[in-house]
Amino acid sequence: MGNQDFPQDIQEPGTGMQFITNLPLRHRIGKIWVLFFQLAMVIGIAALAALILNIVNDSTGYMAYTAKIDPLDLTGGRPLESLTSEELNQILVENTTINRYKTIFKEKPLEEWSQPELLEAVVRDVVKLTVLKTWSFTESLKGIARLRQELIELKPKEGPDASFLYKTWITSRFLSSPQNSDPLLAGLKTAILGSLWIIGITLLFAIPIGIGAAIYLEEFANQELWINKLIQTNINNLAAVPSIIYGMLGLTIFVRWLGPITSGSVFGVGDPNVVNGRTIFSGGLTLGLLVLPIVIINSQEAIRAVPSSLRQAGYGLGATKLQTIWAHVLPNAIPGILTGTILALSRAFGETAPLIVVGVSTFITVDPSNVFSQFTSLPAQIYQWTAKPQDVWRNLAAAAIIALMVLLLALNALAIFLRNKYSKEY
Amino acid sequence: MAEISVISNSQTDTIDLRKKHRLGESLVGGFLFFCGVLSVGTTIFIVYILFRETRLFFQFPEVTVFDFLTKTKWEPAINEFGIWPLLTATLLTTTIAMAVALPLGLFVAIYLSEYASSRTRNFLKPILEILAGIPTVVYGYFALTFITPILRGIFGDDIVQIYNTGSAGIAMGILILPMVATMTEDALNSVPRSLREAGYALGATKLEVATKVVVPAALSGIAAAVLVGISRAIGETMIVAIAAGSGSNFTLNPFIGAETMTGYIVRISGGDLSYDTLDYDSIYAIAFLLFMITLGLNLISQQVVRRFREKYE
Repeated sequence: MGNQDFPQDIQEPGTGMQFITNLPLRHRIGKIWVLFFQLAMVIGIAALAALILNIVNDSTGYMAYTAKIDPLDLTGGRPLESLTSEELNQILVENTTINRYKTIFKEKPLEEWSQPELLEAVVRDVVKLTVLKTWSFTESLKGIARLRQELIELKPKEGPDASFLYKTWITSRFLSSPQNSDPLLAGLKTAILGSLWIIGITLLFAIPIGIGAAIYLEEFANQELWINKLIQTNINNLAAVPSIIYGMLGLTIFVRWLGPITSGSVFGVGDPNVVNGRTIFSGGLTLGLLVLPIVIINSQEAIRAVPSSLRQAGYGLGATKLQTIWAHVLPNAIPGILTGTILALSRAFGETAPLIVVGVSTFITVDPSNVFSQFTSLPAQIYQWTAKPQDVWRNLAAAAIIALMVLLLALNALAIFLRNKYSKEY
Repeated sequence: MAEISVISNSQTDTIDLRKKHRLGESLVGGFLFFCGVLSVGTTIFIVYILFRETRLFFQFPEVTVFDFLTKTKWEPAINEFGIWPLLTATLLTTTIAMAVALPLGLFVAIYLSEYASSRTRNFLKPILEILAGIPTVVYGYFALTFITPILRGIFGDDIVQIYNTGSAGIAMGILILPMVATMTEDALNSVPRSLREAGYALGATKLEVATKVVVPAALSGIAAAVLVGISRAIGETMIVAIAAGSGSNFTLNPFIGAETMTGYIVRISGGDLSYDTLDYDSIYAIAFLLFMITLGLNLISQQVVRRFREKYE
């Protein structure tokens, strides 16, 4: 192919003169192209850096707000979030009318209120805080004076009276509060719990079946038989099916056809408000089907890497096939299987589209309590916040992305650790 | 005599050395077979469901297959179901993504495989692979909050809309870059060393060996990488759902919003939709087309590798 081009470059073979005159030019061209190759690498790394910096940049910065009462005046300079339930209640007593106070505690008595709930009540009924605009970290470097000018141009009415607060959006309160329609009180707890529940179901479904299929294909299947060839080709093709198609599969089978089972109504359990099958159970199974090919392919590679001498030794001692697999093949393949499974898991963790198709709730504040609960997941929450028009939700999305990436990083680090710790050389 | 009696005694209860039938073993074997077959079941169900609902979609009097495949207007509200606006938006984002991922991926692969020392490679490759592990929803955020403002800064706010296919395509290209680079690098690495040595022996420079010997020899692998990359880009959902805008738009302008096939599916299914309506069934028709395109591309890429691979043994 291409190697035939070479003789044509040297037009007069034998003289050698042209070769010598061309040589510096060819070397120079070579050097220039190396720069391009390196540049491509630099662009790739720069993109990664830009992506991360952009998120960090958006997760902290100034916020302009108007409030009926400045929360800092209310507490004497302490952040509102750090107050105890008693102090929050005291603020409510002092700053609301008796009737309003009674309405707040009509549904349940004061003792049953958690600190975040009281905080929400204070912000809603006393502070009456509205976020006007938020800025990223780099924008905040301009200083409050310039930002105020920007704000006045944008909102001439509220701008002059607005207060400024430097806010880091990712806080422990953010991670441990449930969803809320107020951006200052909204948290990730509902989404994180939803994600963990879903991943739990995905694991319970995909690991046994994935490893089982891998053992079958590697240890039992006659590779020449048409059905086994079909299974293998099929698994390779399934790994390349777009994730949204799995979402539609889940929507049709688990939500629509198996709705009575996935909503728990068959077992008489589950949330009576959930009449359809848009539950954690459906979402987990959908993701389970999605990662199944990945688990199978990775497990197959791990099983294949176990040397056949180990199997022969097992058979030589009179072990049955199953005993050999259970006692010799699997223990040696487990590190590889584990690594592959964790990588599949982190894929499932970041998957958004299938869950949206299966049906994440757009707004739930109740933590999921069992597999038949409605759910939202961390990536889905990021998507919903990013899609909102007000820029304050973008800051929350950035903070949520940081939480997601840290979780994924931890999972991947675990995979690398396990691989290094248990990998054996034969 | 005593000895003989021992032998005859033991003959009455001989140890049967034939393979015993063990029920447990067969049961577990059966279960393992079921696990393997389940994946085939998944494929069958995908095809069956998509086909079934697509047929239902075309049984509505408002739609015909011909209109679906030829009309250039997708307005479910007024019963216009022509796939082309969604398809062109998908093709547009895919083209932009490949315009980013293909040259960058190829260059990165050549650099890693031919130029970088093994120490540099071991350092750089994991960094690149982080890019592939980042959830796509994060890329969507990146496209909307980073790439779009840059595009607007370069071309002007009145030309570039907030939601545009260009930013989505670029973000998608960055997402696919590591995949194209890794597959291409594997292909380049599988070219035997002797071919490179032959090139050097003929007086070729390093660049000439890389571009005129190694790359052509690995062309089938590179082509497969490109096809898989395209298939990935076509099926990519969250980036376009966030950054490419909602509402179909029959255009090839990368600076204005246009909904892709996947974007439409996510938007429609994300809302409250009731079963067996036109809207509901329309997402299956689109998914069917999507499935066919990606499956076709994957099968072609497997064929390309099989048919055009140059073997050096």
